[in-house]
Amino acid sequence: MSEALLSIQDVAVELPTPRGTLRAVDHVDLSLEAGRTLGIVGESGCGKTMLSRAILQLLPKKAKLSGRVMFAGQDLVRLAPERLRRLRGRDLAVVFQDPMTSLNPVLTIGTQLIETIQEHLELDALAAKRRSIELLTAVGIPAPEQRLAQYPHQCSGGMRQRIAIAIALSCEPKLLIADEPTTALDVTIQAQILDLLAREQRRRHMAMIIITHDLGVVAGRTDEVAVMYAGRVVERAPTPALFKRMHMPYTEALLAAIPKLETAPHTPLPAISGRPPDPTRPVPGCSFAPRCRYAAGRCHQAKPELVAGETAGHVYACFHPIQMAEGVGA
Amino acid sequence: MTQAVAHVPSGEPLLKVDDLVVEYGFGNRTVHAVSGVSLEVARGETLGLVGESGCGKSTLGRAVLQLRRAQSGSVLFDGHDLTAMQGEALRKMRQRVQLIFQDPIASLNPRRRIGDIVAEPLIIAGVKDPAQRKQVVYEVLSAVGLDPDLVVGRLPHEFSGGQCQRICIARALVLNPEFIVCDEPVSALDVSIRAQILNLLEEMKARFGLTLLFIAHDLAVVKAVSDRVAVMYLGRLCEVAPSEQLFARPAHPYTALLLQAIPVPDPDVRPAESVATGEPPSPIAPPSGCRFRTRCPRADQRCSAEMPELREVAPGQFAACHHPLA
Repeated sequence: MSEALLSIQDVAVELPTPRGTLRAVDHVDLSLEAGRTLGIVGESGCGKTMLSRAILQLLPKKAKLSGRVMFAGQDLVRLAPERLRRLRGRDLAVVFQDPMTSLNPVLTIGTQLIETIQEHLELDALAAKRRSIELLTAVGIPAPEQRLAQYPHQCSGGMRQRIAIAIALSCEPKLLIADEPTTALDVTIQAQILDLLAREQRRRHMAMIIITHDLGVVAGRTDEVAVMYAGRVVERAPTPALFKRMHMPYTEALLAAIPKLETAPHTPLPAISGRPPDPTRPVPGCSFAPRCRYAAGRCHQAKPELVAGETAGHVYACFHPIQMAEGVGA
Repeated sequence: MTQAVAHVPSGEPLLKVDDLVVEYGFGNRTVHAVSGVSLEVARGETLGLVGESGCGKSTLGRAVLQLRRAQSGSVLFDGHDLTAMQGEALRKMRQRVQLIFQDPIASLNPRRRIGDIVAEPLIIAGVKDPAQRKQVVYEVLSAVGLDPDLVVGRLPHEFSGGQCQRICIARALVLNPEFIVCDEPVSALDVSIRAQILNLLEEMKARFGLTLLFIAHDLAVVKAVSDRVAVMYLGRLCEVAPSEQLFARPAHPYTALLLQAIPVPDPDVRPAESVATGEPPSPIAPPSGCRFRTRCPRADQRCSAEMPELREVAPGQFAACHHPLA
């Protein structure tokens, strides 16, 4: 097993709010090797975006971060701001959910692309422009030279997301974090964007983190999946193992709640009752226990720790793990 | 122009939309949002309406309710032409047709209490007795799974997205309507909450005997609740068919494309590599002939010259395509 490119060790993020301290990320450990793809799945408010911000060191000013984020041998948490700035954009890149707000509306696409390239790579204006055109072609934008002179509002949502990806890829990053990259897009465009990310990831041997609320998005496109609930990783496994033998009732419920094309119309969906706990009011036991149909006495008193499953690399945090028969549930 | 209508299997339809055209001005150009759509919805039926952003599905929903006036065509609701109605007559008719929006938080006034928000339609409808209003409000709030005593005095920001959508559904039900247009009612919600709201809509439909026009871009969501599904592309209907049939044997290449693009939560199903080609053209200058031809793998010369009309390709299944899939 090769050395991990990214290793998140015991990372916790706390945010002060008028209602008390909000623990957004609750002691998470994750690691990712070069060339591999990790999916982080969870509902709104589960801490998945805060975790990605912790990796990028882009947390709100008031947030308190503890733990270590080791990236290519350096601890990003303790890195000097100037060194960190050189790293972000060059080795560490990000694609956000909403391509309208992540691009600057008053600058042309060319300016935004060329700016990133010149900031991080020592290229003259002409070479930077040539590289921009190459990148736009690589992400599937027709007539890239004309596009350079246009503004973001002149492009469709799918086009804008392609441009955001081109900017993220411009300096050959070692790690690309895609935070809900397709949630704002139509289903046909979503497929195109996910294909594009997968293709570029393979070609550049990048490590990639896809953050999503949709288990369908991670199923065919990741090597490993981490499921988050209420700030904690509650199950983590190689993707095939997770879908074949999931142990955490939350993962099962999340998968079951997705409407399936095979199901006949008007079949009631197995919904998860209730809603996630208030992150400013931590519950003493397992945070999923109030919504869990397997929960028993112990679940309400003690927090289950992550324990190993039978497949290598599979861990889950549950006192009453479900035992799935081979192949069921997908 | 006459066009075949995807008729409902039996009985007189509650809603009959005939050759509806809705256009917007855009500078000195025209956005062709809905271009000659005809459809019928039977009493007690749920018709799903799917399509990508900008295909005109929301505009169609709004034009049905006369929130957007159509350029031409008619909307017959229970035999009355809504497009010819105005003022008091239309207001009376609107008590029978309601709308649920996509963003539940934005569609509730943040400064008003839930009890007042849900009671407002009753006031507009002329229910003068406060005790009677309170009784109805309590009934619908309980029906959507909220505790009225805990809810009526609070403001929208105290509720989650899923709870706000329950409140919106309660407000839509308070006048005891017959027909509800649901415009992307679950796309702003999390997976776990989405299932709760879909189940609630099904329950309410059975309990109050509703007829629904269910607009969404997610085919799996649409299938979960719809008896029949209409697929829309760039202002026109591509295909209308009973749900099971549409998903098992799509006749229009666009329907097939949409089906292929859905991510499947199973790692053994490899995603089809780049099934979709390109993006929808602008509705300002839609392609000649078949509007889908620029992205269609089966398109030929006939498709650019001649606009395909909806025709029955299998019993109950209608497709607007010169080269339907077998």
